[in-house]
Amino acid sequence: MKKENSRRSFLKNISLATFSALALSGCNTEVFDEFLQKNFRTLSKKEKDKIIKNLELKYKEKYGKEFHVSDKPAMEGTLFGYALDLSRCVGCRKCVYACVKENNQSREPQIHWIEVLQMEKEKGIDFADSNVQYNPEKVPEKGHFYVPVQCQQCRNPQCVTVCPVKATWQEPDGIVVVDYNWCIGCRYCMAACPYGARHFNWGEPTVPTEEINTEMHYLGNRPRKKGVVEKCTFCIQRTREGKYPACVEICPVGARKFGNLLDPESEIRYILENKRVLVLKQELNTQPKFYYFFGI
Amino acid sequence: MKDKFYVNIKIPVILMTLFIFLIFSCNNKETENAAKAEKDSTKPEIIKTQKVEEYAVEAPPFSDGIYPCTDCHANIVANPERRVLTEWHEDISAIFNHDSENRWCLDCHDLKNRDYLKLASGKLLDFKESYKLCGQCHGEKLRDWKVGVHGKRTGNWNGKKEYLLCVHCHNPHSPKFNELTPLPPPMRPEDIK
Ligand code: SF4
Ligand code: SF4
Repeated sequence: MKKENSRRSFLKNISLATFSALALSGCNTEVFDEFLQKNFRTLSKKEKDKIIKNLELKYKEKYGKEFHVSDKPAMEGTLFGYALDLSRCVGCRKCVYACVKENNQSREPQIHWIEVLQMEKEKGIDFADSNVQYNPEKVPEKGHFYVPVQCQQCRNPQCVTVCPVKATWQEPDGIVVVDYNWCIGCRYCMAACPYGARHFNWGEPTVPTEEINTEMHYLGNRPRKKGVVEKCTFCIQRTREGKYPACVEICPVGARKFGNLLDPESEIRYILENKRVLVLKQELNTQPKFYYFFGI
Repeated sequence: MKDKFYVNIKIPVILMTLFIFLIFSCNNKETENAAKAEKDSTKPEIIKTQKVEEYAVEAPPFSDGIYPCTDCHANIVANPERRVLTEWHEDISAIFNHDSENRWCLDCHDLKNRDYLKLASGKLLDFKESYKLCGQCHGEKLRDWKVGVHGKRTGNWNGKKEYLLCVHCHNPHSPKFNELTPLPPPMRPEDIK
């Protein structure tokens, strides 16, 4: 009994000491609040509103601009799907940089959510023999085709299964998201993802003030911090407002298609029903909602 | 004595088991029903892609000062003879590569009404609807374009969309897609600090 008591008092004392140390070091309550913040999925409406208001203020202070951070939930009756026309993509990488800009990816150290792989027509889809560093004068290069890869928004996402703290999950509209405040940076998800779709902030991310996108979603393109994982969210801040993702809008050859898989009239369903479609690494049973097709 | 003891033990056990079983089956039913009810009540209304009948397209990409064609053609006597143009529109003659063996200007442009295109049927067509002309030969592409699968669309996945005309991406006189300069490759992981 005595022993229990002393352990309890020890714990009590140490937490007291930590708190007072933190308080003494000039931390304001905001830091406490952030540290003690619950997982996004367990927050009440009121808590979310407060957190978002604080975030908007914080960003304004940092960047000197008005920000809008949304926490808009999934629309009922939507399951997002994506299709990319392999017969059209010319490998120009416009999508890569449109994504960087739309989603406030770190410029230094560099993070790209989309990677465009150049492959040889003779060999077909072969990841082992693909090249992301291609850099000729003009694309497409003879005898080659291009496979842009980003998060495949798996129906059976292994990144979610392995996360030890449930900081990443699949939303009702099928988007796999990350709570950047809950992520502990263990990078299990990166090891589990077969598509290399997750990226880790090894350093403090930087985004130039004049280029920052002020339309944000809490689970999407709001600024991340060092030590957390991020990935493509189908432009959650755009698609939940009814807009196309940024990569769809920039692609100069119209290779990228997006829509609601539950709607039989959608572009995406038309593709699934009328074109030859494949998913990457089908044998792994990740069941992507990102399809590749041949439009020709 | 022995028998009785046996019975004594067994009845409560059986009763117990039955009871537990009942509870569980009840429970199961209950949750099942609840799940069903939930499914029925939240049966989602599927967000529909808006049906498009009219295609919102950007204005046709005329070269500067070329339209209306009648500005010049009104004063020229029309010559319907099939030939390679050498005095006017040489820039087009130079690049023309669209079944050039079998076709020339007046297969698509109208002899009398220069400001219009002409379908194979002879029907006149505004330049804004040039996709119909293209679709005479490229029917499958037109079908895919209409549903948004061929070509680029911007706007809303569940609402208003803007279309590009075929001729925004393909020069009608030389439709093969131009090569592009790629944006820079990603940094090599070993170079990221
Ligand atoms: S922008 Fe379009 S064509 Fe260019 S690399 Fe991306 S998908 Fe391919
Ligand atoms: S592609 Fe990778 S990050 Fe995206 S859902 Fe699948 S396993 Fe997760």
